[in-house]
Amino acid sequence: MRWSLCLGLPPKDMPMHDDGPSALQTGTTPILPITGKGLFVRRKGRDLLDVQDITIGGRGTTVLVGPNGAGKSLMLNILAGLKAPDRGTVLWNGVPPSRSRYCRFGMVLQSAVLLRRPALSNIEYALRAVGHDKVEARNRAHRALADAGMTKLASASARVLSGGERQRLALARALAVQPDVLFLDEPTSSLDPASVLAIERMVKAASDGGMRIVLIAHDLAQARRVSNEIMMMHNGRIIETAPTDRFFDAPKSAEAAAFIAGKILIS
Amino acid sequence: MMKAAIRTSMFRSVMAVAMTLCTVALAGDRHIIVQSTTSTQNSGLYDHILPIYEAAAGVQVRVVAVGTGQAIKNARNCDGDVLLVHAKSAEEAFVGQGYGKQRFDVMYNDFVIVGPRDDPAGIRGLSEATEALKAIASLSLPFASRADDSGTHQKEMQLWRDGGVDPIADSGTWYRETGSGMGATLNIAVAMNAYAMTDRATWISFGNKAEHSVLVEGDPDLFNQYGVILVSSEKCPNTRAEAGQHFINWLLGPDGQEAIAAYSLDGMQLFFPNARPNDPS
Amino acid sequence: MQDFAASFAEAFQLVFGLNSGLLEVVWLSLRVSLTAVAVAAVIGLPLGAFLAVSRFPGRAVIIVTLTAMMGLPPVVVGLVVYLMLSSAGALGPLQLLYTPTAMIIAQSILVLPIIASLARQTLEDLHVEYRDQLMLFGLGSLARLRTLLWEGRYSLLTALLAGFGRAIAEVGAVIIVGGNINHVTRVMTTTIALETSKGNLALALGLGIILVAIAFAVNALVFVSRAAAERYAHA
Ligand SMILES: Nc1ncnc2c1ncn2[C@@H]1O[C@H](COP(=O)(O)OP(=O)(O)OP(=O)(O)O)[C@@H](O)[C@H]1O
Ligand SMILES: [Mg+2]
Repeated sequence: MRWSLCLGLPPKDMPMHDDGPSALQTGTTPILPITGKGLFVRRKGRDLLDVQDITIGGRGTTVLVGPNGAGKSLMLNILAGLKAPDRGTVLWNGVPPSRSRYCRFGMVLQSAVLLRRPALSNIEYALRAVGHDKVEARNRAHRALADAGMTKLASASARVLSGGERQRLALARALAVQPDVLFLDEPTSSLDPASVLAIERMVKAASDGGMRIVLIAHDLAQARRVSNEIMMMHNGRIIETAPTDRFFDAPKSAEAAAFIAGKILIS
Repeated sequence: MMKAAIRTSMFRSVMAVAMTLCTVALAGDRHIIVQSTTSTQNSGLYDHILPIYEAAAGVQVRVVAVGTGQAIKNARNCDGDVLLVHAKSAEEAFVGQGYGKQRFDVMYNDFVIVGPRDDPAGIRGLSEATEALKAIASLSLPFASRADDSGTHQKEMQLWRDGGVDPIADSGTWYRETGSGMGATLNIAVAMNAYAMTDRATWISFGNKAEHSVLVEGDPDLFNQYGVILVSSEKCPNTRAEAGQHFINWLLGPDGQEAIAAYSLDGMQLFFPNARPNDPS
Repeated sequence: MQDFAASFAEAFQLVFGLNSGLLEVVWLSLRVSLTAVAVAAVIGLPLGAFLAVSRFPGRAVIIVTLTAMMGLPPVVVGLVVYLMLSSAGALGPLQLLYTPTAMIIAQSILVLPIIASLARQTLEDLHVEYRDQLMLFGLGSLARLRTLLWEGRYSLLTALLAGFGRAIAEVGAVIIVGGNINHVTRVMTTTIALETSKGNLALALGLGIILVAIAFAVNALVFVSRAAAERYAHA
């Protein structure tokens, strides 16, 4: 499977971070590895994020765990180029994120935003945005919807779908573009067991196809099922990064051990 | 997709605007603009005579009806081809300053003083308008004035001056300056049981007379002469001088004069033609 | 004083007599006000969207100014447009005074601040929700604005209707720049003013009833079609 389909975008593409000529590199270059250096965010005297060095590269699925307010969403949003840290730099394969490169980058936000149009059109929209023509976008959207098991809902209004259907549609929309990397912010929160499994299946299939996945989860059983690497955050810092089995069998840090044991971490 | 939808709707709006502009440009070909007074318009005179002229000449006559003062100002701004108003001295000043070529008498009617049926000032049947006004002032009875620099208002001020009364000093008490057109002022007079001065044509066609009636009429001082002036094409190069002159010629000629004389309401003639086309004043 | 019953009788007589003069006036009212709203929308919606999503020095001043201008007196707008369009004015050579176009211009100016301000508020709220997702689509700023406008279309309709309500109901501006010329620039409101000044109060009120009915009909039409559209495919 080809994960790196990037279509010709207008050359007058506006870089989001104007860093000179390198920022003008377009979507034809890979975006992995994604690196963050010295990422720091402080609000009202509290360090929300303090991550010296993070690299997301290679293959597989990383699950990001940690208590509420640990800074998981904040870090993913910064790595995604959606928010700017107070200090620090984010590079996608050595170049700051720019608009045209989002065709290789996918993300499902913690509260997914669906457009006011039918489910199918939502996917078509994303495909058109990265440059597919109408026919191609429609075909791919149908396929993506079928892969998500939502064919019946093609013409249903996206904004009136159930929570689980919305999550699945948001995931299908992100997958349809076939990005190199996919960030998922709690994609299965508040879903019934069947929907959780459906989403996990889609994520696994994508991962097997070569897509790099980073997923935030609170369900440790789920983390075990889908990941080959666990990254744990606490108080804005990355406490531990380890292969899944190792993390659960022999956590190195006291915080990780406490977290696995279900003990509340006092910040 | 949606991009196309937005583009289409924008396109439609732009088209709508363009089409409006076009229709205006086309319709703008054969017409003249006459700056005139509310009294002539409200009386229905234009509705009677203009269709006759338009059918004969094939030129549309567009009447902007405002007070005489504003009509003259608009004409000074070159926003009209013909001026048809009733304030002789102001008209002569307009011509004197070069804004108009010549002034011609067109028609006349008269002003009347109207008031409540019980007539607390006791002016009914007086032959002199100034006496009537003095009576109203001396008893401080409500009087509604247009106070809008119209021909009617200018005439009213002249009569106050002739009677040696300065009503402006009492403005806000018995003397009410409405700052409105003739009809609006009559509405106010009726509602306040006030006296008012109006041209007869407006009064006859006025639909809200209630208990009010004409109390003073027939004084030669109440004579109301209408004049017509072609706006000077030297001051205003964009005027449609030829078409404007054609309309004026028609008004002053036998056909126009006949049309004016033929207009009546409730069996009463509203305007009396008195043009002397060869004798500008 | 005539009573209200007489006005309703007049209104019914006017409507069911299918008076061609009335039709002409109603049609011109609709044409002028709807075109003015369209013009104001073409400018005001993108302006509102731009103000909603961008941050620059002076933005607050523009927003406050626009909001204050929602209350512009029609007479003042009429006067300013008159002075511009008058033969003696800057745009005199266009010969637009006393035409429906002049009325459209005046009403567009009246309506623009309403549409732009309401659109800005609506879209600013919407933008909070959509910002990240639109970035993820990799859209340029123009495409993001367009999508935001389209996503807010149902709320924005209300802004357009508010503008239409102001346009169709105002008399101060159109009577100055249109001149209330019979068969050319006479609309519902100027006819009402004229009939009032002729003392035909029942007729004037009857026309007023028709004007309200038309405004009601336009709003109802939009409401129904919006509900249908929402039910049909969107939400
Ligand atoms: N703009 C902001 N201003 C102030 N505080 C903020 C801001 N954005 C986020 N925070 C705070 O930053 C902390 C980290 O937030 P974040 O959303 O990353 O947590 P999380 O790890 O994703 O938690 P959860 O599991 O509940 O989603 C929280 O305490 C949050 O209140
Ligand atoms: Mg979170």
